[in-house]
Amino acid sequence: MSVGPSVYWYLTRASGAVALVLLTVTLVLGIAAIGRLSAPGVPRFVIDGVHRTASLLAVAFLLVHIVTAVADSFAPISLLDAVIPFVGTYRPLWLGLGAVGFDLMVAVVFTSLVRRRLGHGAWRAVHWLAYACWPVALLHGLGTGSDVRQTWMLAIDVGCIVAVLASIVARALMGWPDNARVRIGALGAAGAFALGLVAWLPGGPLGSHWAQRAGTPPALLGHASAHGGHA
Amino acid sequence: MSVRIEIDMISCEAHGLCAELLPERITLDDWGYPVIDGAPVPRALEDLARRAADVCPTLALRLRRANNDS
Amino acid sequence: MSLPRLLRGVEPGRMSYDDHRRVHGELTLAAHGRGHGAASALVAELKRSGLRGRGGGAFPLAAKLEAVRRSRRAPVVVVNATEGEPMSFKDRTLVQALPHLVIDGAICCAAALATDTIVFALDESSGETAAALATALHERPEFAGRLTAPEIVRVPGGYVTGHETSVVNFLNTGTALPTRARPRISERGYNRRPTLMSNAETLAHAALIVRHGSDWFRELGSDDEPGSVLVTLSGAVRCPGVYEVEHGAQLATLIDAAEGQSAPLRAFLFGGYAGGWVDAADATRARLSEAGLRPLSASFGAGVVVALPSSACPVAEVSRVADWMAGESAGQCGPCVNGLAAIADTLAWICDGRPGRDAESELRRFCALVTGRGACAHPDGAARFVSSALAVFAAEIEDHARHGPCDACDRRAVLSTPEHRSPVP
Repeated sequence: MSVGPSVYWYLTRASGAVALVLLTVTLVLGIAAIGRLSAPGVPRFVIDGVHRTASLLAVAFLLVHIVTAVADSFAPISLLDAVIPFVGTYRPLWLGLGAVGFDLMVAVVFTSLVRRRLGHGAWRAVHWLAYACWPVALLHGLGTGSDVRQTWMLAIDVGCIVAVLASIVARALMGWPDNARVRIGALGAAGAFALGLVAWLPGGPLGSHWAQRAGTPPALLGHASAHGGHA
Repeated sequence: MSVRIEIDMISCEAHGLCAELLPERITLDDWGYPVIDGAPVPRALEDLARRAADVCPTLALRLRRANNDS
Repeated sequence: MSLPRLLRGVEPGRMSYDDHRRVHGELTLAAHGRGHGAASALVAELKRSGLRGRGGGAFPLAAKLEAVRRSRRAPVVVVNATEGEPMSFKDRTLVQALPHLVIDGAICCAAALATDTIVFALDESSGETAAALATALHERPEFAGRLTAPEIVRVPGGYVTGHETSVVNFLNTGTALPTRARPRISERGYNRRPTLMSNAETLAHAALIVRHGSDWFRELGSDDEPGSVLVTLSGAVRCPGVYEVEHGAQLATLIDAAEGQSAPLRAFLFGGYAGGWVDAADATRARLSEAGLRPLSASFGAGVVVALPSSACPVAEVSRVADWMAGESAGQCGPCVNGLAAIADTLAWICDGRPGRDAESELRRFCALVTGRGACAHPDGAARFVSSALAVFAAEIEDHARHGPCDACDRRAVLSTPEHRSPVP
C-alpha cells in the first residue's frame, strides 16, 4: 500500500539532477581551464574558482541526493549501497554506478583539498578520474532515474551530454592534449560514447519495462504508477 | 615576518593565473612565464599571494617565509 | 714546495700507483687517526686551507663536508669529472694522467664522512679516461677485495649534464638533467643519501693538503684565493693545453708558459661559455682568479682561457656558441628554452646584417630577462657570455649589423661546439 510519493523521493530526484548539472559545469570548466580558454573580462582564476565551487556544490547536492534516497522508504537503498557499488537489491548495476561515481568524486575532491600536501604529481593522477566520474553519473541517472522519460529530464540529460561532448571536441580540435594519440583517443571515446547512448537509450531506459529490466525488486513493480514517474 | 614568492620554473607551464591575481608583483614575460622581483610581499597583498599559490595549476608558485637577512 | 704541485712528475700516459707514491709520498690518513675526531681534524685542515671548488662554483670544500656531515644517513662521495665545458680539458687530464691524486682526494673525503661509498662520474664518451681510472682503482690496496669498490658511472655528455643536480638525477633516475635546487644534494642526493659532490681537481688539491698541510697550500696564492689552479688554455697560443699556475697569477705568466701567442690577439674568453670576454689590451691586467677577473667583468669559472685571434670573427664565434648554448638547454624551464633561442636568433640576425630590428637592445633585454629565471644557472651563463660580447665586440657587431657577414665569418672555428647529445643514454 502506498501513501503517495514522499518528500524524500522528490528531493532525491531533484538533487540528483542538480548534482549532474553541477558535475557537468565542473567538467566543462575543467576542460576549458586546461585548454587555457580565456574570455574577455573573465580571468582564468575566475574560471578556476567557479570550477572548484561547482565541484563542491556538486558534492553537497550529491550528499543530499544520497541521504534522501536512503531516507525514502520506497526503494530499499541503504547507506552502504551509496558507497559500495553493486551490493544493493534495488537496481544493483545502475545504483552501483552511482556509488562508483560518488567514490570517484570523493577521491577527486579530497585530493584537491589536500593538493598542496599531496604534491602535483599524485594530485594530477587522481584528478584524471574526474573523466570517469561524469559518464558514470550520467549512466546512473539514466538507469536509475525515475524521471528519465520526462521531457525536462531528457532536456537536462541532452544538455549535459552536448556540453561535455562539445567541450571535448572543441578542445581536441584546438590542439589539446598535445599528444596526438591521446587527442584522437579522446575524440574516439567521446564519439563512441555518444553513439553508444543513441543506440542504447531507445531500447533501454526509454524502452518498455525498463524498471523490471533494470532490476527493480518485483515487489515494488506494482507500485510504479502510485509513485509516479517510474518506468 | 613576511613572505617571498618563489617559482619553480621546472613545474611552471605559463598558465598565467598568478599574474592575473597579483599583477602588482607578477608580470609575464614574452612567453607567458612569470617575472618576479624576489622582494618580500607587502602585508596588504599577502592574501592575494596565498591565493596565487593555491590557484597555480602546477603548484609551481610557492610562498616562503622570508627572514630579513636572506 | 712551489709549482708544479698537481702536475708534478706528470708524463704522457698514466702515472702508476708506485710512481704516485714516489712523487707525492704516502697518503697518511693514519696520521690523522681514526674515528670521529680524526674526521673532524681532516675537515678542519681543509677549512684552514681555504680550498674552494674548482668546478666553477668555487664553494669551500670544508663547508660542503660540514653540510653533509650534518645529516644522519650514510653519505656518498661523488667525484665530478664530467667536464661538460667544451673548452676545458683539465679534469679529464687529471683523471687520465694522474688518477691517484683524484682517488686520494676521494678517499680523504670518504674518511672525513665515515663512508665507503665513492662514485666517479665521467663523461660517457671518455672511454680512455674510464679505462685509466679503472686500472688505477685496481692498483689501490684500499679497494682490493673490498665489497664496495668505487663505481665508475658514465654520464651522457652535455653542458648541463655535469651540474651537481644533473649527476645526482642521472644516478637516481637515468636522466641527466638538472632538478630543483632543494632539497640540496648535501641533504638528499644519490639514493636519497646526503651527497658530497666535488670536482676532480678540487679533490686532487685536497689529496696534497692532507699530505703537506694547509700552511703549505697557502704558500701560493693570496689569503682569499690560496694555492694553485689548473687552467685549460686554447686558441692562438703556441702550446695550448692544461697548465698549473699560482692562483691569481698574471695572465702573462700563463701565456709565457705556453710559449707566447701565435698570432695577434683580439680578446680573451675567461671561464668558458658561461664566462666573459675581455679585450686583449685590458687582459694584460687580468689575474687568474675570481677576484682577479671580476674588475674586468669576467669570471674564472673552471679555469678556461681562450685566446681569440684577430683573424677570427668574434660575431660569428659568439653567435655560434649562443646557438649551441640554446641547444644545450635542458628544456625544462620556459625562460631558458625560449630566451636562449631568442638570443641566438637575434645574434644570427646581427651576424647576417639583416635590417629592421633594434637587435642590440633586444639582445640586452633578453639577456636580462633570462638571468635568474631558470632552475639552474645555464641561462645566466649564456646571458653573461653574450652581454660581455656586446661590450667587448661593439665595433664588430656594429659592422655586421650594417654590412652583414665579413670575410672572417667562415674561418675555422676557435670555439668548439660539439654535437648535442641526449640526456638519456
